[in-house]
Amino acid sequence: MEALLAIAIGILTAVGIYLMLRLRTFPVILGLTFLSYAVNIFIFASGRLAVNAAPIIGMGTVYADPLPQALVLTAIVISFGMTAVIMIMAIGGYLEAGHDHVNIDDTSGPEDRP
Amino acid sequence: MLLLVVFWELTSLSSFLLIGFWSHRPEGRQGARMALVVTGIGGLALLACMILLGQAAGTYSVSGILAQGDAVRASPLYGIILALVLIGAFTKSAQFPFHFWLPHAMAAPTPVSAYLHSATMVKAGLFLLARLWPVLAGTPEWFWIVSTTGLVTMVLAAKIAFFKDDMKALLAFSTVSHLGLITMLLGFGTKAAAIAAVFHIINHATFKAALFMSAGIVDHAAHTRDLRRLGGLRRLMPVTFGIAFLASLSMAGIAPLNGFLSKELMLEEAAHTVWLTPWAMGLLATAGAMFSAAYSFRFLAHGFLGPVRDDYPHPPHDPGPGLWGAPGLLVLLVVLIGLFPMTMAAWLVDAAAGAVTGTPVAVKITLWHGVEAVALWMSLAALGGGLMLLGGFARLRAIWDAAPRPEAKRIFDGIIEPLAALARALTTTIHNGSLSRAIAVAVLAIAGAGTWAFASGVHVPGTRVLLPVDPIVAVVWAVVVLAALATPFYHRDRILALVLTGVVGLMIAPMFVYFSAPDLALTQLSVEVVTILLMLLALNFLPKATPVESTAPRRLFDAAVAGIAGAGIGVLAWMMMTRAPAFQPISHFHLAQSKPGAGGTNAVNTIIVDFRGYDTFGEIIVLGIAALVIYALSETLLRSPSVTRRLTAIQPAREAGDRHPMMLVVSTRLLLPMAMMVGVYIYLRGHNMPGGGFVAGLVFAIAFLMQYMASGYGWTHARQRVDHHVLIGWGVLIASLAGVGAWFMGLPFLTSGYEYVILWPLEKFELATAAIFDLGVFLCVLGAVLLALASLSRLSLRTGEGVNTRAYDTEPTPEEAR
Repeated sequence: MEALLAIAIGILTAVGIYLMLRLRTFPVILGLTFLSYAVNIFIFASGRLAVNAAPIIGMGTVYADPLPQALVLTAIVISFGMTAVIMIMAIGGYLEAGHDHVNIDDTSGPEDRP
Repeated sequence: MLLLVVFWELTSLSSFLLIGFWSHRPEGRQGARMALVVTGIGGLALLACMILLGQAAGTYSVSGILAQGDAVRASPLYGIILALVLIGAFTKSAQFPFHFWLPHAMAAPTPVSAYLHSATMVKAGLFLLARLWPVLAGTPEWFWIVSTTGLVTMVLAAKIAFFKDDMKALLAFSTVSHLGLITMLLGFGTKAAAIAAVFHIINHATFKAALFMSAGIVDHAAHTRDLRRLGGLRRLMPVTFGIAFLASLSMAGIAPLNGFLSKELMLEEAAHTVWLTPWAMGLLATAGAMFSAAYSFRFLAHGFLGPVRDDYPHPPHDPGPGLWGAPGLLVLLVVLIGLFPMTMAAWLVDAAAGAVTGTPVAVKITLWHGVEAVALWMSLAALGGGLMLLGGFARLRAIWDAAPRPEAKRIFDGIIEPLAALARALTTTIHNGSLSRAIAVAVLAIAGAGTWAFASGVHVPGTRVLLPVDPIVAVVWAVVVLAALATPFYHRDRILALVLTGVVGLMIAPMFVYFSAPDLALTQLSVEVVTILLMLLALNFLPKATPVESTAPRRLFDAAVAGIAGAGIGVLAWMMMTRAPAFQPISHFHLAQSKPGAGGTNAVNTIIVDFRGYDTFGEIIVLGIAALVIYALSETLLRSPSVTRRLTAIQPAREAGDRHPMMLVVSTRLLLPMAMMVGVYIYLRGHNMPGGGFVAGLVFAIAFLMQYMASGYGWTHARQRVDHHVLIGWGVLIASLAGVGAWFMGLPFLTSGYEYVILWPLEKFELATAAIFDLGVFLCVLGAVLLALASLSRLSLRTGEGVNTRAYDTEPTPEEAR
C-alpha cells in the first residue's frame, strides 16, 4: 500500500508542477490544487499508514496518529481559502488586463481581447 | 547567545531608521544605508561566530561559554571565531577599517547622534569584546589584532577629528578615536587594562554625550555647527560654554576631571606594553592623546573663544534649562567622578570590570600617582603637543587639505555599486517576471539541494512492515492516478480539466477513509465540492479553453521538471513511510489525554479545538481574512469601468434549458433543512466522533450554495437575513470569547473545561467549552465560504444576467406571455 500511495503522491506532484508551468492562470490554479492534494497526502502519510485504526478513543486498541490528521484537516480548509483568493485575483487580472497570461514577458496578445 | 544576536540586529535596524529620520535628505538616506550595510555585515559575521562558538563550547548560554574559555581557545575553530567576532565588533564600534560609517550617520538629528554615537549602539561592539573577553582574550592573535586595530583607530580618527569643521563630525571622529582607545585597552588582555577600559567607557559616555548635546544647542541657537563660522560664543552663551568647557577639558584629559583619570590609566598600561618595541606603543598612545587634546582645544577655541562675531546665521543665545539641563547633569557627573572617583564610580567599575574579567575586582583610582609615574609625563607631553598643534592649525590645515587621502564613501560606493548591479542582473535573470521560469528554477534548486542532502547523509534501509495491497483500494488508486495523468493531456478544455480535478479530489476521500482518517475524508469531500463550485463559477468569467502556446520542446522541458519534482517527492514519501519515525511522535500524549484532558474521544477534534486550539484560532482568522480579501477585490472589480465593459461583453453560453429548473429549486429547498440538520448533527458529535465545526460549516455552506445555484444570486441574496461578514465576525468573536472565558477562571487563554450533564430524556452528555470554540470555527468557516463564493457570483450581476422575479422558471402563462 505504501508504494501505491508514494506513487500517487509523486504523480499528483508532477501533474501539479506541470500545470503550474503553463502560461495561463486557470491551469496554474489547477496545478496548485493538485499540489495541495499531494502535500496534504504527504503530511498525512508522515503519521504512517494504518488500517482500521481510527483515532477515536475506545474504538480499538490501535490508533492512527491523530496529529498529522488534525494538521491536514485545517490545511485542506486553508487551501480552499488560498485557491479562492488566487481565483479572484486571476479573474480580476483577466477582466482588468484583457488576457490571462501569468508571465509578464509574454503578454503578446492584444490588449483588449474579450 | 543567539538572543544576543537577535537584539544586536535590532539595534542595527533601529539605528538605520533613526539615521534616516529625515528621509527627505539624501545624506540621511545614504548614511542610513551605509550604516545598515556595514553593521549588517557585522551582524551576519556575528551570527556565524555565535554558532561556531556554541559548537566549540558545547553550549549556547553566555555563562556556559564563559566557563569554557580554555576549551574555546584550544579549539581549531578559535581563529575563525575570533575573526568573525572581531568583524562584528569592529563594524559596530566603527573601528578601522570600518570607521567610515559613523561620521555619515551624523545625518541623524542631534539627540539621536548623542544617543547612538556616544552611549549605546557603538558601545555594543565594545560590550561584545568585553563580554567575550574571558573566553577569547589572552592569546597572541587577540593581542595583535585587537590592540593594533584599536591603536590605529585611535590615532587616525583623532587626527581626522582635528581637521573637521563640523562640530558633530569632529565629535563623531573623536568618538571613533575613543572607541579605538577602549578597544586597544581590551586588546592588551591584562586585567588592569580591562579595568581601565571599563572606567573609560563610563567617563566617555558622560563627557561625550554632554558635548554632543552642547553641539546640538549651538546648532539650535546659531543655526550652524561649522567651527569656521562660529567663535565668541563664550560671551553670548555662557551656560552652554560652561558645559562644553568642562566636558572638552575632560575629553582632553585635564585634571581633575574624569577624562584625566582614565587617560592616565590608559597611558600607564600603554607604557608597559611591549608592541613591536618596548616604547612604540607608549609613543603612539601619547600621539593619540596629543591629537585628542588638540581637537578638544580646537572645539573650545574655535567654537566658543575668540572675539564675538556679527555674521552668525542666527543671533545665538542660551536656551532654556530644558535644553541645557541634561548636559548640565552629565557635566556634573564629569566633575564629581573626577574629584571623588572612589565614591562616585568605583562601585560601578568594580561590578562591570568583575563581569568582564570574570574575577572579583577592587579598583583604586587616584588623581595623583606621584612624579615618578610615567603616565603623568606622557599626559603632560600630550597636552603640550595638543596646544602646539592648535597653535599651528592654519599651517597644518593647509598641509592636510593638500595631502591626498582616500575618501571612504567613494570607496564604499565603489564596492557596493558593482555588487548591487550584480544582484540586479542575477535577479532579473532568474526572476524576469515569468512565473514559469521562477517555478522551474525553484523546483530544480530544491530537487538539487534535496538530492545532495540525501546523498551526503547517512541512512538505514527501511524496515517497517508494509501494509498489503487491498484490491478495492487499488481500484480507487488507479482512478486517482489515471484522472491525474489525463489532466495534463486534456487541460486545454478547462471544463474537462476541472472534472478530472474533481475526480481526483473526490477519490482522495475514500482513501482517507481506508487509512483510518474519517475526519479528513469528511473534510476533503466537502471542501472538494466547494472548490469545484468555486472554479465552475470562476470559469463563467474566464476563457473556457487554453490556447496552444508552448512549443513541443518547451512542453518536454516542463514535463521533465515536473517529473523530477514528482520523482523526488514520491521517493521521499516512500523513504518516509518505510521507516519508523526518527523521534517518538508526540501523538501518544494526545491520544492518552484526549478523554481525560479534553473530554472528547475524537483525538483529531480535540487536537483542533483544544490541544492546538490556538493554531485553529489563527487559522479561522486567516480564512476570514481571505474571504474578506475576496469580497474587497470583487468590490473593486465591480467599480472598475474596464471590468464592467468586459463583463457586459461576455456572451452567456447557449443555455441548455431553464435557468432555474423547477425540479432543482424544489429539491434543493427540501434538502436545505435536511442538510442543516446533518450539519448540526456533525457539529454536535464532533468532539467524540468524526465531525466538528469545520465539516459542519462546510455542510451548511454547501446547503446554502445549492440555493444560490438553483434560484440565482439575486433571489437568494434578497432572502438572506444575516450578512456573511457578520457570520465571520461572530465566528471569530465567539472563538475569542471561548478563549477569554478561561481568564475568568484564572486559567490561560483557550484553556477548556467540560462538565457532564444529564438532561431528561437525553442520555448523559458532556458540555465542553471547546464546543463553544468549535461553534466559532463553524460560523467562521460558513461565513468565509459563503462570502467567497457569493462575491464571485456578484460579478455576474454585471454580465447582464437579470434577477429572476419568480422562484423558478416555468412556461410563461398566456397572461404573462402577453
